[in-house]
Amino acid sequence: MNKETKFTERTFKSVGTRPVRPDGVDKVTGRARYGADYDMPGQLIGLMLRSPHAHATIKKIDTSAAEQLPGVKAVVTSKDLPDLTDGDTDLKCILENSMARKKAFYDGHAVAAVAAVDMPTAKAALKLINVEYKIHKHVTDVDKAADPKAPVLHKDCFTKGVEPAPVKPSNIAASSEFGHGDVGKGFDDADFVVERNFRTEQTHQGYIEPHACVASVSPDGSGELWVCTQGHFVFRQQCAQLLGMDMAKLRVTSSEIGGGFGGKTHLWLEPVALALSRKANLPVKLTMTREDVFRASGPTSATSIDIKIGIKNDGTITAGEATLRYTSGPWKGSWAMLGAMTAFACYDLENVKTTGLEILVNRPKTTAYRAPSAPMAAFAVESVIDELAGKIGRDPVAVRIQNAAKEGTQSSYGPVYGPIGIGPTLEAAAKHPHMSAPLGENQGRGMACGFWFNFGGQSCTHINIDIDGTVTLTVGTIDVGGARASLSLVVAEELGINYEQVKTVIGDTGNLGYNEMTDGSRGTFASSMSAIMSARKAIEELKQRAAMMWDVSVDEVSWEDGHARATGNSNLPPLSIAEIAAGAGKTGGPIAGHTELNADGAGVSFATHICDVEVDPETGLTRVIRYTVIQDAGKAVHPTYVEGQFQGGATQGIGWALNEEYIYGDDGRLQNPGFLDYRIPVCSDLPMIDTQILEIPNPNHPYGIRGVGETSIVPPLAAIANAVSNASGVRMTHVPMSPPRILAAIEEAETTTA
Amino acid sequence: MSVLVNSTINGDNVSFSCDADETLMDALRNRVGLKGVKEGCGTGDCGACSIRLDGALVCSCLVLGAEAEGRTVETVEGMSNGAELHVLQTKFLEHAALQCGICTPGFLIAAQTLLEKNPSPTETEIRYALAGNLCRCTGYDKIVRAVQDAAVVMKKGRKK
Amino acid sequence: MVTINIWGALRPAVNGAASIELDATTIRDLFEKLEAQYPKTLPYIEEGIAVSIDGTIYQDSWSHPLPTDAEIYLLPRIAGG
Repeated sequence: MNKETKFTERTFKSVGTRPVRPDGVDKVTGRARYGADYDMPGQLIGLMLRSPHAHATIKKIDTSAAEQLPGVKAVVTSKDLPDLTDGDTDLKCILENSMARKKAFYDGHAVAAVAAVDMPTAKAALKLINVEYKIHKHVTDVDKAADPKAPVLHKDCFTKGVEPAPVKPSNIAASSEFGHGDVGKGFDDADFVVERNFRTEQTHQGYIEPHACVASVSPDGSGELWVCTQGHFVFRQQCAQLLGMDMAKLRVTSSEIGGGFGGKTHLWLEPVALALSRKANLPVKLTMTREDVFRASGPTSATSIDIKIGIKNDGTITAGEATLRYTSGPWKGSWAMLGAMTAFACYDLENVKTTGLEILVNRPKTTAYRAPSAPMAAFAVESVIDELAGKIGRDPVAVRIQNAAKEGTQSSYGPVYGPIGIGPTLEAAAKHPHMSAPLGENQGRGMACGFWFNFGGQSCTHINIDIDGTVTLTVGTIDVGGARASLSLVVAEELGINYEQVKTVIGDTGNLGYNEMTDGSRGTFASSMSAIMSARKAIEELKQRAAMMWDVSVDEVSWEDGHARATGNSNLPPLSIAEIAAGAGKTGGPIAGHTELNADGAGVSFATHICDVEVDPETGLTRVIRYTVIQDAGKAVHPTYVEGQFQGGATQGIGWALNEEYIYGDDGRLQNPGFLDYRIPVCSDLPMIDTQILEIPNPNHPYGIRGVGETSIVPPLAAIANAVSNASGVRMTHVPMSPPRILAAIEEAETTTA
Repeated sequence: MSVLVNSTINGDNVSFSCDADETLMDALRNRVGLKGVKEGCGTGDCGACSIRLDGALVCSCLVLGAEAEGRTVETVEGMSNGAELHVLQTKFLEHAALQCGICTPGFLIAAQTLLEKNPSPTETEIRYALAGNLCRCTGYDKIVRAVQDAAVVMKKGRKK
Repeated sequence: MVTINIWGALRPAVNGAASIELDATTIRDLFEKLEAQYPKTLPYIEEGIAVSIDGTIYQDSWSHPLPTDAEIYLLPRIAGG
């Protein structure tokens, strides 16, 4: 059997076509069931009580009055979630975040929860819980939190990754450094050096579906969890550990997911729902309001980035250096490190040094947001490269092409690249008609590049050949945006049958082995690799059965176009998959193919974006008037959904660049926890988003597939900042570039020149 | 306090009881069982719960259940003609105008309302008509194209 | 012997070295010998270390062989959205 996962050149029949997705009709008719659309018999309604304080010790919680209210079936606090984390620091953070223990660390941190017969009773019960707080000084700003004088969130936080280890605790949780060469020498060799500080504000993934789950724990220790998640296997593992349950006894079913973008990779309310159900001995439905989503589910980091880049008159970038500070909420994450790794990854640099610093603040716990940490780093790097191109009088695309990383380049994070797509995306941008289109008054054009790793990880898939010759593919990765269509195409391709014959479903945790989340752009990459291997196993079985039906040796059977063919005997007519499957009961029972694997070798991804904006000099309002995304997708399985990923990522980046930000008051409270005041792009804000897919095969996937989903959010902040600079003459160093910030920059520039 | 409400929902006479302060969104979802009405914000900002009340496009989270008394309610569940999908539903599928799909019912209702009022909208008119519905996945490009395509097909259908 | 390149934050755990030599034939072998010779690396191994072999990043395939002439980098385990 062909177990080779490396790429082999082939001509595709199904892969690369654009059929309607298998879950489509359910989603346009209202039948698809999302997190909040499911009810269990006898379920209670859960509600959370949240801290109104940014930083406070919980001195006492009195729940007795709430417990006595008729209709209240359970009240839980951190006492009902004892610490079973056994030294696992990541799990401990999840526990502390899901229910505050000694301290509440941000406005919105859960402190107690109730389960009652209905919503009015649950609401009334919350009002009866009395929490006594001792309020501490708080800090929400990234630079203020890094200051040695800032209030320290954790007395046992000593910066990790520096030598010698600090003796004083601080809010700088970790430092990680990458690079090679000698940046000092590189700057000495430069003809121009630009050094600046950039800031980006905290944004939320902004999925339209709030978190929701229904939990049921029985007295026998078994349980069920229905939940909107990007990874039900991970949720099961973590919930079982936190609740002290046997993993096999907790069955987690993923609902349809109404957007995630990284925000649904993390447990927020699920352990509490299980604890409520266990205490009440009834199913409990627990959902977040939109306000809860903003206040208490993980946004991305706010950042402050110091950057310095040197260039020679001939266009060679001689050195790049960056110190990148990322807020991570009240607990350490891994986001600063990723910013430090990705910042200069598009370029071939002799001298590069980056330091990522993880900064603790009194804000909700940060979680991944589509290529986590890369967009902010790219904003700083790509803005300065544009500025330097201007200083030497060169075209910014040409300067980037000159310095682009290629096969054999040592990346800024260490390893040497294989075949990569940054050069081709830049060449495509240079040739794109968008680049030479005329611009009007107050309009400017900008471009920028972006990099993301992508990853693969543990995957498990199962194929059943049903007796009518149709095929069920069961996968364990959540479908966030059309993956079931892509995976059906891949199985149809491998088996040589029609797309319509394949039905892809998402299994629950009882159906399959462990699967990692749909994150890191891994869903289609990893599950397709596993599905291809499952299909190949099924083909081997189909050939065996055909051999039995023909009474020939299996060596004399080949598989072509969905049929077994007897290679040694042309008188035997080919057997279709349906004919073999119909007789399966008499040739050894059901026909299936099963695979579990580690899908490594996801292959890095690059994009170049081009953007035109118009800046109103009177109001500072910026409108995007044209936008083009060029990205290497590897083999595009379903090109329409690849385009959709490009367009969606770019639009999230546009929102981040121009509007979206968490605004905290001096009291440490979030002032805009709703879509009215936290404004994501609406239809009338945008033009069409043009796309160009480049298909540079990934050598580590049998079909050449790469991850696609995340890279498209990396370039927009910088592309728009560069366009704004070209339109208005001001270099914006603070995102979002909202009208007041742009107006202030224009006014400042006028004052300086006047 | 509970109230009994009699409405015409997707063409059928339906009675439901709900709390006096309960939104129509909650009543449709939890009393009538129409889960295609989605909650994205509960404050009228996202449009996921869009329905038509006596033909007018509304966010059902901003209307009380009791206000549906004697009125006509249309949700995404009533959009197709039996097994035959509405042109907009078909075009949303063909253009992949949905990724996660949570906003789709609201967009379909909003687009249906637009095309009934204005059968030949410009791109700008479509964009403003759909500006009350948030989508976080698609960047709206394919949604606008689906509505444009549906408008063309629906106009042809009327001429026949 | 293979040469293992170490990223910045891990260097304090290997006496500040930017690269080390280990007699390892697989990723598993590498981690076992790394921990044995540099016990301070254990918390990092537990947290998750990715291994880049000739530019391809392996996060979980611990039985993957390490060719002696390969370019090997240890990197923090990568997550995503």
